[in-house]
Amino acid sequence: MDLFFQLLINGIIVGTLYGVVAMCFVLIYKSTQVVNFAQGEFLLIGAWICWYILVQFQIPFVFGFLITLVFMAGLGIFIQMVVLRPMIGEPIISVIMVTIGLSIFMRALVNWLFGQNAVGFPEVFSTSSINIGGLYVQPAYLMSFVISIVIMAGFFYFFKYSRYGLAMRATAFNQQVAQSLGISVKQVFAMAWAISAMVSALAGVVVGMVNGVSSALSFIGIKVFPAVILGGLDSIIGAVVGGLIVGVLENMAEYVDGQFLYWGNMLTIAPFWVLIIILVIKPYGLFGTKDIERV
Amino acid sequence: MSASAAAAETPAATPAREPILSVNNIEVVYDDVILVLRGVSLDVPEGDIVTLLGPNGAGKTTTLKAISGLLRTENGEVTRGEVRFMGENIANMAPEQIVRRGIFQVMEGRRIVEDMTVIENLRLGAYTRKDGAAAVKRDLEMVLDYFPRLRERTGLAGYLSGGEQQMLAIGRAMMARPKLILLDEPSMGLAPLLVKEVFHIVRKLNKELGMTTLLVEQNAKMALGAASYGYIMESGKVVMDGTQADLLDNEDVKEFYLGGGGEHRKSFKNLKSYKRRKRWI
Ligand SMILES: Nc1ncnc2c1ncn2[C@@H]1O[C@H](COP(=O)(O)OP(=O)(O)O)[C@@H](O)[C@H]1O
Ligand SMILES: [Mg+2]
Repeated sequence: MDLFFQLLINGIIVGTLYGVVAMCFVLIYKSTQVVNFAQGEFLLIGAWICWYILVQFQIPFVFGFLITLVFMAGLGIFIQMVVLRPMIGEPIISVIMVTIGLSIFMRALVNWLFGQNAVGFPEVFSTSSINIGGLYVQPAYLMSFVISIVIMAGFFYFFKYSRYGLAMRATAFNQQVAQSLGISVKQVFAMAWAISAMVSALAGVVVGMVNGVSSALSFIGIKVFPAVILGGLDSIIGAVVGGLIVGVLENMAEYVDGQFLYWGNMLTIAPFWVLIIILVIKPYGLFGTKDIERV
Repeated sequence: MSASAAAAETPAATPAREPILSVNNIEVVYDDVILVLRGVSLDVPEGDIVTLLGPNGAGKTTTLKAISGLLRTENGEVTRGEVRFMGENIANMAPEQIVRRGIFQVMEGRRIVEDMTVIENLRLGAYTRKDGAAAVKRDLEMVLDYFPRLRERTGLAGYLSGGEQQMLAIGRAMMARPKLILLDEPSMGLAPLLVKEVFHIVRKLNKELGMTTLLVEQNAKMALGAASYGYIMESGKVVMDGTQADLLDNEDVKEFYLGGGGEHRKSFKNLKSYKRRKRWI
């Protein structure tokens, strides 16, 4: 039974992290109608840049991390302006092809710059597990969980109370309405990409601290698809719930498989099975808007 | 005698103030080929309510969008003439620039953000303001005092009734503290009692806050009741203009827009006397 709870805790911790990345994906989809297949690469680039700055310049973690965020904001804005702005009004399939291309390009670039091998992150938090009521949790995991919750609270506050958050929601609702209120849609698009890239990079750094930095980071981007589709593509809350479900499901599948089935590899497949079942019952996801265009 | 000629003889009817908005002979084209406005001119003096009347498809909404810049969002363009606002030509400027200069359009069909609350919609209206959170908060209270009904509605704005949505749309515009507000058919789809209430509010805002208003309407009777001056548009042109009294007295206005009269004349266009002289700049 201990193993069960251990895996459940792992699932919740990794699920909140999926939730954060899923929110980043939904943020871009909701405000700019772009399905960003390069979301996972933001984690990858963010973690590598942060690692590089820390190792190369030997500065305190906080500064290295802040520089990474600034860089990622710039990268997000650059991609939006140079790659995606010209695609406005093009068919959704073309836009998808562009983001897939972007993802391949960024992954190749990172491999070329930093190599294929995993490297360890300079230790910021101890990686030896601590015992909480019989369950072993790495402090880095605990930190990951806390950071994820803080980010979610930050998103909530931003969209509920801040002027720019309201502007982004208005733009997501209707661009002409937003413009009639004096909101610059271009500015909102750039902001969506900047925030999405920064927060994804933060998630990348967190995962990098726990598991090391490697190209495997971009696979989190793939985990995010069942999460956001479960949640309903255009719902921030749905993204969080979807992320949690995927995280917990993975670990539960592993438990069931390890204890009873011995099929192997259930961890990766189970979320997609559940995804299919949920979409059959609720075609717009758990929290999705009905009139949304499905892709 | 045409109403515009009558107006010219009694200049006292509209004070000889510099208009805050002056649209000079504009031509508007959609999608590079569809010519919709063919030389429209109108003036809005500061502190007045001016109305723009006319049948469906005349180009009233297009005129408002040419002023607010929203034309851009529909691939439209002012290809000739100018839109002078406080002395500056704002034709073809981006809408966010124009909102910052003090023109706020309340679009046809209210267009409130349905998945936000009343308060969030109102705060959005203040998006471009730079005078601090305290001033915005004060205005929020003021707007809710004008529309006490909205105070009770705590759910999403999409569930408000049509009348409440119209009040919210007007309240949201007030939150921007505009110098000129463009109202596009605020009475559309509302029950007669609510239409009265909306026009009462428009007059009240004008009187108490000095809100300069350009009011587009199909309900000519109500609009002329509120406005001091009116323009009548047909097929992309202003075919007649005059003071409230002139237009209310005019036989043809009575016949076509205020109800009553025969049906033998289909349009003002067929009446030579109403061809308005173009104002060339
Ligand atoms: N976005 C657009 N693209 C092309 N034509 C348009 C567009 N908007 C309006 N029109 C045309 O312009 C004319 C005037 O429309 P509009 O300004 O909406 O009139 P009104 O508000 O007086 O009913 C109509 O013939 C309409 O079909
Ligand atoms: Mg109209």
